[in-house]
Parts: sequence; C-alpha cells; structure tokens
Amino acid sequence: MAKTLFDKIWDKHVVQEITDGPSVLYIDKHFIHEVTSPQAFKGIENRGLPVFRPQQVVATADHNVPTLNQHLPIKDELSRLQVEQLIANCKKHHIELYGLGHPFQGIVHVIGPELGITQPGMTIVCGDSHTSTHGAFGAVAFGIGTSEVEMVFASQCLLQTKPQVMRINIEGELQPGVVSKDIILHIIAQITASGATGYFVEYAGSAIRSLSMEARMTICNMSIEMGARGGMIAPDETTFAYIKGRQFAPGGVQWDKKLSDWKELYSDADAVFDKEIHINAADIQPMITYGTNPGLGMPVNATIPQADSIADEGERKNLTKALQYMGLEGGKPLLGMPIQHVFIGSCTNSRIEDLRLVAGLVKGRKKSERVQVMIVPGSQQVARQVQAEGLDQIFREAGFEIRQAGCSACLGMNEDKIPAGEYCISTSNRNFEGRQGAGARTLLASPLTAAAAAITGVVTDVRTLAPVEA
Amino acid sequence: MTPLQKIQDRFVPLPMENVDTDQIIPARFLKATTREGFGKNLFRDWRYLNDNPDTPKPDFVLNQSQYGGDILVAGKNFGCGSSREHAAWALKDYGFKAVVSSFFADIFKNNALNNGLLPVKVSDAFLAEIFALDNAATLSIDVDKQTITIDSTGATESFEINIYKKTCLLNGYDDIDYLISQKEKIEAFEAQRI
Repeated sequence: MAKTLFDKIWDKHVVQEITDGPSVLYIDKHFIHEVTSPQAFKGIENRGLPVFRPQQVVATADHNVPTLNQHLPIKDELSRLQVEQLIANCKKHHIELYGLGHPFQGIVHVIGPELGITQPGMTIVCGDSHTSTHGAFGAVAFGIGTSEVEMVFASQCLLQTKPQVMRINIEGELQPGVVSKDIILHIIAQITASGATGYFVEYAGSAIRSLSMEARMTICNMSIEMGARGGMIAPDETTFAYIKGRQFAPGGVQWDKKLSDWKELYSDADAVFDKEIHINAADIQPMITYGTNPGLGMPVNATIPQADSIADEGERKNLTKALQYMGLEGGKPLLGMPIQHVFIGSCTNSRIEDLRLVAGLVKGRKKSERVQVMIVPGSQQVARQVQAEGLDQIFREAGFEIRQAGCSACLGMNEDKIPAGEYCISTSNRNFEGRQGAGARTLLASPLTAAAAAITGVVTDVRTLAPVEA
Repeated sequence: MTPLQKIQDRFVPLPMENVDTDQIIPARFLKATTREGFGKNLFRDWRYLNDNPDTPKPDFVLNQSQYGGDILVAGKNFGCGSSREHAAWALKDYGFKAVVSSFFADIFKNNALNNGLLPVKVSDAFLAEIFALDNAATLSIDVDKQTITIDSTGATESFEINIYKKTCLLNGYDDIDYLISQKEKIEAFEAQRI
C-alpha cells in the first residue's frame, strides 16, 4: 500500500499496538534541557529505575541560562539550582551534557542538527514543543510533556496515538524579500493557530525543495504554532549534503548504508493524506503579526483587521482582546509604527544563515537610536562562525548587542526580557501575552524584516529600504 | 495516580479562546524542580495586577468569589503553545479535576491525562449552553460512561476517550507502569533492528 513519509517512519518504530488504544512507539533520540527534565529524573528515581538507554539521550542548558557572562555563576538562585540539577542528573545517569561552557552548548533545536545528531528516519522527542524543528531532516520529531520525558527515560518508548497527516504544498518561486519565516507565518495566518491540531504536517512542493536546511528548520519549527504535532520535509540531496561530515553523522561504510535507507524516505506518489493544502509561493509577502497568537499575522504592508468585521463571536472577542493587549487599532497599518526593541534569536531564527541575512542587510548601516537590538546566536558553534566570518564586526558597527547562546528573550524566563508596554520585533515563534516578559508586546517577523526595523526604528517593508550609499 | 471516576461540582467559566500555556503558567515560574506548588501562580498575569498577589484583578474569574468548583470551562483551543506540563500541574494543584472545552491542544491533552486531570471535549453548542448557566449550576462528569451532564437541565453529551486511557484514569494507572511491563518486547524490538 502507498505510504506517506510520516507513515513509513512511524510504522518502523511501532513496538506494539494496543487494541483501541495508543501504540508503543520507539524513540531513537531524546533531547533534554534543564526546565522540563528535573521532575522526570525525580520520577524514575522514586520508582527505583535507571535511565534505560542513556546513550540515546543528549542534554544541554538553554532556556534558563543568562546570555551574558556565562563563565560566571548564574545570578538568579532558582535558575542556578535548576542548571546545577541538570548537571547532577546527567552525571548520575550517564547522559552526555553540553552544558554552559561546553563548545557544543546552545539551543537544543539548533545543536541537534548542527552536530549531525538529528538524522532522517529517526523518531526524536524533547520536552519542548519546538522539537518539530528536527522534522526538517525527514524525522518524526515532536514535543512532549515531562511525564512523557519520564516514560522515555524509563523505557525509550512512548504511548502515542497515531495522528492524521496533512500535506502543505507550496509551489513556485518566492518573491524578493520573502524568506522561510514568511512562508510559515503565511501558512499559520491562513489556517489559524489551531488549524493543524491533531495532524502531523508534511511540507512539500518546489518552493520547499529549493530551501536550504536552515530555512527548512525555521518552517518545521513553527508547526506547533498551528497546533500540529510536528512538521516534516522529505530528505533530499540538500539534506544529505548538510549532514555529511558533521560531528555525529555516520561515516565510511555506515554513511553509504544510511544514505540508501534515507533515499527511501518520501511520500509515495499515490499516498493519501487526510488533508491537503496548496499555496502559491508567489502570493507570500514579508509577514508580521499584530496579535497575541501566531495565527494573527498579515503582510507587513497590510492593515490590521477590524474586530467588528468578524462574524464569529469567539474570534471577534479574541481579536478585540489581542488588539487591546497590543495597544493597536483595527483598520490601521503597522508600517511606520515606532518599535523599541529588536530581538534576533531563538530556535526559529538564530542559525548562521539567519545571521548572515541580517548582516547582509545591516552592513554599512547603523541601527536607529531609539531601538535596542539584541542578537543571540543559537549555539556556541554559531557564535564562533559569526566571528570567523567577521559578522560580529558588522553587528557591532551597526550598534547591535551580541549575546551568548541561549533561548534568551524568546520566553521571558531568563534575564532577557522586554519591558511592559514596549514593542519588540522578534524573530522568535510566539507572540503570546507576556511571552517576552510581563506586558511585553511582540511582533513576529523574519530576520530580514527585524533587521530593517532595527535600522529605521519603525515597522518597515524590507523591500522598500533604500540601498546603502557607496 | 489517584483514580478518577466521577466529578460533580460547580464550574469556573473562562469564555476565552486560545488560552495558551504561557497564560496558564508564565515561564518565569518554571524554575522549580518539583511538580508541586504551581497552583498559586495559575493564570498569574491575568489574576494579579503588577505581578503582586496582594492586588488581585477583580475582573478575573478566579478572583470572583461567586464562582468556584472542581471544573474549569474554557473556550476552544485550550492549552495551545508550549509543551510545559507545569500548566497541567498548576491547574491540578489549584484544585481543578477536569477542564471542559470544545477543542484542546494535543500536547496539553496528553499532559493533563498523564496527571489525572480530565480534558472533556464537548461540542461548540454544548459549551455555549454551559457558559449560559448561572454560577450555582453544577455539572456531572462520568468517566466510565464518558458523559457530561448539566444537572439542572439534564442535557447530556458524550465525550471521547480511548479505552486504554479510560482504564488508566478509572484505576489510577499510569503509562510508565505499562511501558515498564513491556520491557522484554522493547528489547526484542531493539535487537531485530540492528
């Protein structure tokens, strides 16, 4: 029978099916971090169990770490205790930890791929909803809760009900100024923040195939923002070329064997999907969000929708509440609106290609004086690459502040926060109320749109930014 | 886990859509390394002015003494966003035993079930009926029969839950007990993959 990419991987990992219940699904790789693992370690210890397959677990510290002075002890006591707890737990249970100070440390969804740990055909989980990022390699990767982290510790398996599968086809060429972040913000604005709940999404079509691995990761990363369990893209030559030679990628004879397996990972031509959506790449504009969920987005040059034009009562109340929180008015444009902060980072957009995009735009320019710009590389390796390519010089000359690797101002947990009432154009993934700090107002956008706003100090259509004078 | 069979109580209405887990428990309260004590920070930024428990916001339902009960009733797409299980812990720790909505985010639903907090998915129409009730009204939820009833009117709707999860809830079993019992099968699976 014809199978989807998702089915091929899922079926190979089913240990057992329970009648009228979930399947026992085998997990190849388990990433953990300091925030969602301590209770799981405590759980198995209370049951007197060891970690069943510690060599399949990889740990890092990212959510709760400072992005300045990482060589010093963490100032916030609770944060420090949580990070110390991770160190102690990994040591006790023989788990590889790329903690603070380690050359591989970074945001978990940045380091997995860049180290070659993430590979096609795998099942990958992490106690973090953006685990969908790893699906860019043709893996079944999804976020789990802490009880599930404990299950994987105890058995290397999870009890999971098979989701439905949706394919989103994007055909054609992208317009200038449009990048992968705009593709995913466009999709979520089309199908809403809950439009893919219950589904695993495969992204396909010529526009997807033309993207680099890092651009694909940005798209898969935000699958959860439309409710999807995960997102994935069939591996191809771009994927294989990215993986080859990385730290933990297979080598020698193993590489050839893996490669022939990976080449079987695609949806069969006559595979049936539970739902299919078609999007024309040329219709996608540079995007920005105006509300408090990632589905409330629009082209950067559009006007904000008016609540009273919405028929559905729930949606209308939702938009009214969102605009009130954001201090925005329906019927008005966002273009030209002053912003106070630009945050370039997070598991969505903190990879070297993102930072190259930003550097390409800001080279020879200075940031607006009224804007604070924070640029946070996703990992120590990305930070070193930034230096090797001299991008740090470009950022410093533009007046950007370069921080050390971590989740930073994406989630309002560590020291990096946006003050209440102020606007931040952010390359991260969530614009929820208080996400970047209590009362903070987040506008999600691509690294290009964020960089353009950093220069002008206002919401800007990157396509209209005047070229740098020679 | 404590077995969960029946709930009959008043409910707290939260007629808002897309309630994300950052609202249920903001990230700055995720620094704890235990599962306990999150209830006091449930809906923290909607509940208190200036992050101060001494200044409750009078318009938020948890601060309105006329509402109470073991059941939270919320608008569609409840629990979207971050996978933090702390959201389920906070609701449970506050005292809720069930959440009723017309739509739940996937990860939240799993997290809730893994903590014996029952997500009850009802139709939009039934949800509207509940929201229209007064604050003395009670709901009855029967896990075994998979039904939810508005006691004053007798209106009843059935809800989905797979037989495996139902057995777990009714008896207080958890997934880990089951998975550990399958260890031989898991090892055999690993052996045949190599």
